[in-house]
Amino acid sequence: MGRTIVEKIMSSHSGDDCRAGDVAWIEIDNRTARDFAGASVVGNLEKYGGDSPIDDKQKTFFTFDCNVPANTIPYANNQHRIRLFARKYDLKVFDVDAGIGSHIVIEDKFGKPGTTTVGTDSHLNIMGSVGAFGQGMGDVDIAYAFKTGNVWFEVPHTVKVTLEGIPAQGTEAKDVALAMLRRFNNHELLGKAVEFYGPWVEKATIEDCITFSSLATEMGAIIGMIPPNDNVLGFFDISREEAVYADSDAEYSEEYILDINGLEPLIAAPPSPSNVSPVSEHSDVKVDGVFIGSCTNGTYQDLKYAAELLKGRKVAPGVMLKVVPATRETWSRLLDEGLLKDIFNAGGIISNAGCGGCASGQIGMTGEKEIQVSTSNRNFKGKQGRGNTYLAGIGTAVASAVLGRIASVHELKEVRT
Amino acid sequence: MTRDMILRGRLWVLKSGENLFSDIDTDMIYHNAHLAVTEIEKMGQFALGNLDGYKDFAVKAQPGDIILTGDNFGSGSSRQHAVDCFAALGVQAVIARSFGAIYKRNAINSGFPIMELPGLPDNLFEQFDEVELDLEKGVLSKGEKSFNGNPMSKVARDIYLAGGLFQYAEQM
Ligand code: SF4
Repeated sequence: MGRTIVEKIMSSHSGDDCRAGDVAWIEIDNRTARDFAGASVVGNLEKYGGDSPIDDKQKTFFTFDCNVPANTIPYANNQHRIRLFARKYDLKVFDVDAGIGSHIVIEDKFGKPGTTTVGTDSHLNIMGSVGAFGQGMGDVDIAYAFKTGNVWFEVPHTVKVTLEGIPAQGTEAKDVALAMLRRFNNHELLGKAVEFYGPWVEKATIEDCITFSSLATEMGAIIGMIPPNDNVLGFFDISREEAVYADSDAEYSEEYILDINGLEPLIAAPPSPSNVSPVSEHSDVKVDGVFIGSCTNGTYQDLKYAAELLKGRKVAPGVMLKVVPATRETWSRLLDEGLLKDIFNAGGIISNAGCGGCASGQIGMTGEKEIQVSTSNRNFKGKQGRGNTYLAGIGTAVASAVLGRIASVHELKEVRT
Repeated sequence: MTRDMILRGRLWVLKSGENLFSDIDTDMIYHNAHLAVTEIEKMGQFALGNLDGYKDFAVKAQPGDIILTGDNFGSGSSRQHAVDCFAALGVQAVIARSFGAIYKRNAINSGFPIMELPGLPDNLFEQFDEVELDLEKGVLSKGEKSFNGNPMSKVARDIYLAGGLFQYAEQM
């Protein structure tokens, strides 16, 4: 029997023939911790790490992305505790200016197809977007990875999902991910790895893949694996032979087909990411604020698209538009190309790179009864403040900001000024 | 804590009506009101303190007891307290038809023995049966009656025998 992508990556990183259900020690290529829980990783290493708490300095680093720069004393304390530890052991810190750790791992090409990454971020399985393995874990596990370079993992069963057809014009990767959540809810793929196939997946840009895979966490999946397409291979400048693909006779625990042909923009209404329906069903909902960014929709492609839609338009009176690029690199490109100006002139508030909208409300929280459209990935009660958060793609977010009510990008085109 | 591969003890069969209790989440095992507690010795008193029918578990449990439950034990949050509270009471092991993924990780990493018995019938074992648990083979038995589950994985056994993930690292 052949092997799935996850089985292959785990086999190559453990030296064993790993099959679903096996428990194996996996060698980790990128061992990371972020400002959230990173201080506890340091605490564990100080307690149990002995004289040599770091296995390999080249593979171990911290990323500060949750609260940047720190706006609470506990975060400031934790970040500085990490900095001091990193200085002592000569470890790299992607400090408060750098952006979201998971994106840096891809952007700086540490996380090539077929590699393994762990950290304290529950969305590190975003690495599935480039056919790599990534996983968020607790501070004990991560401290152990820092010290030894390995973690144990139960090789997940893999589900194969074929997305059939091509979505309608104006439908984005986020909408396709929301279609997955609508179909599988937040528990049907629990504990599974998922491999995605179909024409949409083959054509997706690397940014589309990032958006799509980032929602695997909300689906309850261990990881959403996208077999590297030409766009992803091109980004890393590698050949197909250097990436990892499933064998044609790989064993899947289940196989599904999801029809996304002609898919129209979707939105997840509060209080759950799987509470999904067409955007058009919510056009009477007045919007108070819009957030664009996060590890789900904060890439250069996302913000460029937002800027293009906003150019020559204005955010509706009384609506806040908050924009947070995922990384400093994205920020810089938007700046160089004059795209930030389009966002700014339309009335947007632009913040420094990072998680911004969801972790600790760096760019502001929502108040009770406040209605927000967010391009992020979670809308549980209290996640982005006290208000009610709807999750959607860039087009819906911009259209809602401009029209002051929930609207799809198609409606925006009608009001071109 | 004992580090034997065969454990013997009194079985607490957690039931909801006639069936093994399923979907016991971490708030029922160890309520979030007590999360600030950091000393393991103080966690025992809150074990199962929020589980209907077993709120007095902490008072009645004896060192050496073994717990048996249904599906998806320990779903919910990642709190380590939900494992440590049993260790604090001297509970030797928790057996379930299945565990929440994070609970399983936390238990294994802290060297606390757990065993999965998928498909275990609801009424095979009775409250306070004196049972034998063979971690190596994955078998729970009392005299003639026995049930085969999943043997402990090599990784889990290594960590268990070492006494925890970091203790294991020290041996490397
Ligand atoms: S943007 Fe939000 S969901 Fe993504 S990594 Fe940051 S805190 Fe987590």
